Amino acid sequence: MTLLTMCATQLVSPATKTMFSRILTSALFAGAAAGLIAALLQLYFVQPVLLHAELYEGGDLVHFGADPVTAHPELPGMFAEPVRDGLSIIFTMLTYTGYALALVALMSIAEQQGREINGRTGLLWGLAGFVAFHFAPGLSLAPEVPGVAAADVGVRQVWWTATVATAGVAMWLIAFGGNLVSYLIAAALLIAPHVVGAPEPDTFAGPVPTEIGALFAARAFGIGMAAWVLLGSFAGYFWQAEGKRANAAA
Amino acid sequence: MTTNAIKASAVGSTILPAVFALILGLGVVTVTGHAQASGLHDAAHDVRHATGFPCH
Repeated sequence: MTLLTMCATQLVSPATKTMFSRILTSALFAGAAAGLIAALLQLYFVQPVLLHAELYEGGDLVHFGADPVTAHPELPGMFAEPVRDGLSIIFTMLTYTGYALALVALMSIAEQQGREINGRTGLLWGLAGFVAFHFAPGLSLAPEVPGVAAADVGVRQVWWTATVATAGVAMWLIAFGGNLVSYLIAAALLIAPHVVGAPEPDTFAGPVPTEIGALFAARAFGIGMAAWVLLGSFAGYFWQAEGKRANAAA
Repeated sequence: MTTNAIKASAVGSTILPAVFALILGLGVVTVTGHAQASGLHDAAHDVRHATGFPCH
């Protein structure tokens, strides 16, 4: 049998199909549910801070070197811009579905190695995902409001991707390594990107008050953590439920 | 089928879908979080900021 035929046979084998549909179904349910909750939380808690910052970015409000400015300008309410907010909901759900696909794929591998995957252990998976995708890159590239000074976006994306990759491997090693060497490698992987340093702007030129920037970063982290913990729990729950369903059908 | 082939098939049936889903998921995150095409950037703008992606 040639290698190609062997690969093709494996790709279409019933076991492969079952496994793939189980991953896909669990990830879609978990991602859509957690993404919708994340989007609503973001619209309520993060979006007003972002809109406030945009008043400074666009020059409607001027803070530095001018007279004191009100901290409570009139802002559009939730869903005041239905197209903009609707797109935000769709893209948040898509993003969390992407996270869910990666998360459930790794859960399926862990389960093959004898780890228990359910809604309760999923909480820890979600926390690890939050560290890998939000907290590790955000430690040096804090979630930024519009209008702040920042280095070139391409360079930041490269650093962001490398940091997420190293933190992801580190979280796996911490969870499943089981020996001192893997913990030490994990620690090195977590620290290294921040020792190398994230791309920083040459000068500070952002017009947004620090109070708004700090609140935005804190809220983005808080909502991110809540949404990821829910995502992990949902993913674990649906993974287990889909497995039971597939077994019952078989 | 030899024992090795059966073993290889069993591994393939679990690892291949996982690898494919992992790549698909990271691909989706790259498109929603990083792709700089103008329409995509504008539509995902608020989400990228709120989710901590480098935006612009």
